[in-house]
Amino acid sequence: MYDFAYHKPSSVADAMAALKAADDGKFLAGGMTMIPTLKQRLAQPSDLIDLSGVGDLVGITVSGGAVTIGAMTTHAAVATSTDVQSAIPALAALAGGIGDPQVRNRGTIGGSVANNDPAADYPAACLALGATIKTDRREMAADDFFTDLFETALADDEIILSVSFPKPSKAAYQKFDNPASRYALVGVFVAQTAGGPRVAVTGSGQNGVFRVPGMESALASSWSADAVKGMAVDAGTLNSDIHASAEYRAHLIGVMAGRAVTAAG
Amino acid sequence: MPTVSMTVNGKQVSGEVEGRTLLVEFLRENLRLTGTHVGCDTSQCGACVVHIDGNSAKSCSMLAIQANGTKVTTIEGLANGDELHPMQAAFKEHHGLQCGFCTPGMVMSAVDLVKKKPKASEHEIREWLEGNICRCTGYHNIVKAIQHAQQTM
Ligand SMILES: Cc1cc2nc3c(=O)[nH]c(=O)nc-3n(C[C@H](O)[C@H](O)[C@H](O)COP(=O)(O)OP(=O)(O)OC[C@H]3O[C@@H](n4cnc5c(N)ncnc54)[C@H](O)[C@@H]3O)c2cc1C
Ligand code: FES
Ligand code: FES
Repeated sequence: MYDFAYHKPSSVADAMAALKAADDGKFLAGGMTMIPTLKQRLAQPSDLIDLSGVGDLVGITVSGGAVTIGAMTTHAAVATSTDVQSAIPALAALAGGIGDPQVRNRGTIGGSVANNDPAADYPAACLALGATIKTDRREMAADDFFTDLFETALADDEIILSVSFPKPSKAAYQKFDNPASRYALVGVFVAQTAGGPRVAVTGSGQNGVFRVPGMESALASSWSADAVKGMAVDAGTLNSDIHASAEYRAHLIGVMAGRAVTAAG
Repeated sequence: MPTVSMTVNGKQVSGEVEGRTLLVEFLRENLRLTGTHVGCDTSQCGACVVHIDGNSAKSCSMLAIQANGTKVTTIEGLANGDELHPMQAAFKEHHGLQCGFCTPGMVMSAVDLVKKKPKASEHEIREWLEGNICRCTGYHNIVKAIQHAQQTM
């Protein structure tokens, strides 16, 4: 690992100032992506700004029909929160299926969303539930936030404060995980929202997480597993790798979408 | 160089580290607590699991400085003098180890599980061990050991 200067600010303003003062600074949240990346020397930031001292970024509130989760809230805290379990059980279950217990004890929602790994779980929940990502300077709809593989609409010096999920009338997430890494080979999140059904797929797209309009309109006419089960997604837009071909992923999307609709009830 | 201080196995310790010093390096090299192992460089094997303020974490995927001010427990901190911790005794009794390389992390992870979910089912135990890889035992006796420790802890 290359060395860097370490900072631990206690407010968002100080964190922003530390980043501004650095040559090539990066925020450090749970470190579950950042530290492995640094260990492999895949990045060489001049400064790391640890957000774990910023108390304002931690916590879960439910109000006005939405669940708002502070950026530094761990996956374990979301999974075990009785508030999240009763407001959006699918979201608590998703958080409880990320990686392993030790990853969940440290990894955070802000880090996961900022990183936008094409196989990560939270981006599917954000997109399917129509979440809003709140930063130090604006609020962005999930539809505008996830732009490409490991790319988001965040500016280099922008900090995520929280993610807000409107309560759906029903929702479920089904993940077919890679048995070695536990990341999603295919993950499908379905939700019946105020604006109609939404379906988001992670683990598969060449440009990261995406919605499936065909499945959404099929579910709008009939909310049933049969409506989406055999529905083909164009394999031409999907990834092929040693774990699965694009065709296999296209098939799995239909299967997992069907299971998710069944699970949502 | 930054100075870190933390409580390790009940003792207050401090030392100079680089920003990039991993917690596991601090434990093994500065404190000579070599019970915590390093089995991979991809954060996947769990041989390095310790407790930070009561929660299990991978000490290979944390900076020493991130543990500044915390209470750390390593495998060396479990036994009470010559008396093994009930989880260690259960691993011994049920042959939950062969070469023993994964064992410190397995035991630390398992202790966290029994504290958080004392009545975990066999299935839940196996799911919990997702972050702990063992090349020898086939996991079966590890699960048995944890089920035994659910009674004795
Ligand atoms: C073994 C293993 C298995 C895993 N399995 C899964 C899995 O199954 N599913 C899954 O979804 N993920 C998985 N992960 C990833 C895990 O969820 C990470 O915790 C997550 O991707 C990153 O969150 P973090 O808090 O650790 O962020 P960090 O690693 O600290 O940071 C990640 C990136 O986000 C930036 N960042 C962090 N916080 C903010 C903020 N508030 N504002 C702006 N930028 C910010 C950082 O600068 C950095 O670039 C796994 C990781 C490991 C090591
Ligand atoms: S050494 Fe393998 S996970 Fe820490
Ligand atoms: S006992 Fe050898 S790796 Fe687990």
